[in-house]
Amino acid sequence: MHDSKTVEALLSSMAQELGNYLEHNDIREYELVGIRTGGVWVGNAIKRLLGSQQPIGELDISFYRDDFTRIGLNPRVLPSSLPFASEGKHLILFDDVMMSGRTVRAAMNELFDYGRPASITLVVLVDILRRELPIHPDIVGANLSLKSNERIKLTGPDSLSLEIQKTDP
Amino acid sequence: MPSSIQLTESGRLKHFLTVSGLDKILLTEILDTADSFIEVGQRNIKKVPLLRGKTVVNLFFEASTRTRSTFELAAKRLSADVLNINIDTSAASKGESLSDMLRNLEAMASDMFVVRHSQSGAAHFIAESVTPGVAIVNAGDGWHAHPTQAMLDMLTIRQNKGAFEGLKVAIIGDILHSRVARSQIRALNTLGVEAVRVIAPNTLLPRHVESLGVTVFNDLASGLRDIDVVIMLRLQKERMHGALLPSEHEYYQLYGLTREKLRFAKPDAIVMHPGPINRGVEIESEVADGSQSVILDQVTNGIAIRMAVMSMAMSGQTELKNALAESAL
Repeated sequence: MHDSKTVEALLSSMAQELGNYLEHNDIREYELVGIRTGGVWVGNAIKRLLGSQQPIGELDISFYRDDFTRIGLNPRVLPSSLPFASEGKHLILFDDVMMSGRTVRAAMNELFDYGRPASITLVVLVDILRRELPIHPDIVGANLSLKSNERIKLTGPDSLSLEIQKTDP
Repeated sequence: MPSSIQLTESGRLKHFLTVSGLDKILLTEILDTADSFIEVGQRNIKKVPLLRGKTVVNLFFEASTRTRSTFELAAKRLSADVLNINIDTSAASKGESLSDMLRNLEAMASDMFVVRHSQSGAAHFIAESVTPGVAIVNAGDGWHAHPTQAMLDMLTIRQNKGAFEGLKVAIIGDILHSRVARSQIRALNTLGVEAVRVIAPNTLLPRHVESLGVTVFNDLASGLRDIDVVIMLRLQKERMHGALLPSEHEYYQLYGLTREKLRFAKPDAIVMHPGPINRGVEIESEVADGSQSVILDQVTNGIAIRMAVMSMAMSGQTELKNALAESAL
């Protein structure tokens, strides 16, 4: 399931589902935000499938991580950029891989520092069901369970594909 | 050496005392991190939770408005709690020793001291004696170093000029008493500018200044030729003992940056000054407020640079604490 064709198939079914979700919830205007880096790739791919022209916001959550006191600062942090005012808007938040839920929590904390959105819809490509927080995606490409020495990584941005990497025990 | 006292074993910052001994990669990391904090400063809510629950003590043994307030703002924008101590008004005047004062502040579970002192090496001395886990940031020590000022100047140069390669930079004025100039010269050379010049009368130059990697000029006309970045320094009257200057008037005639003299530099040269500026002593008002001046950008960038070094030093202390905890197991 990990070649680029499968990712494409996942993305198109996610775009379909997201379209239905927005219609069902009567969300006509919205803004797009991706969590750097993989979430931005996923967001851009789905944006194309939705036929949307709007710019996508990019979040770098390094300043919002809850493990700063354990692992310190990411040495390659980039500025976040939201090319729109998020106050009162419906936001669609994209991430590539969701696991504990901590990244999404950090991203939501950061989004609220830009303003109070009307709603946030969470879209993730792969959900590794190893949740540590009560946060769940609205749209999921695939659910996957991994062994403790396995990690999944999205490569891109030109042709997105997923690969499972084994870490040394 | 300072380089080892301010770095962890894996080469990350744990104190920020001087730019000496820090390589181009690390200086660039500071600038890149600061760039991200500039974006935070433009938001409605100019605050990130990075240093939430940490206590930062501003320990100022010497007067300062700009540096102290930008350090305070930087710490607050990182969500730290800030304590400002001006030593003139504290127990130092009651005879408490520096190390007793530090022990007391450590007992209040402080995580970082930002130190400004009129003695060269003060921050370094405190970093050597402080408890592991507490980060020291040098906010200016004597004539020695003012590394956050130098880095905010580097950030301002990079913003305006894009890169350091090929740049010619002139530092003008009281080099002798200037910790800012010493830090700037080191940072500029590490980051790889083409040339650093100092322009001053010989009485305001330290001996063997060329050994820092600069070319000396005694007049503005030749010194400013082909220059991309003009850095003015304040005449530090409070540090001048003896007759180093004929008169302020004559100094202004020779070394004051006027619109006329600025024409010797490249037409797109930027003008910088660490502040506070003495209008009509080292710089003409029209230049200080003119279109080539980036003096107020320097102040804004000062907050971002201070946020960057504070979070990086705290991050290095975290690494250190983890290593200690692991070895105790």
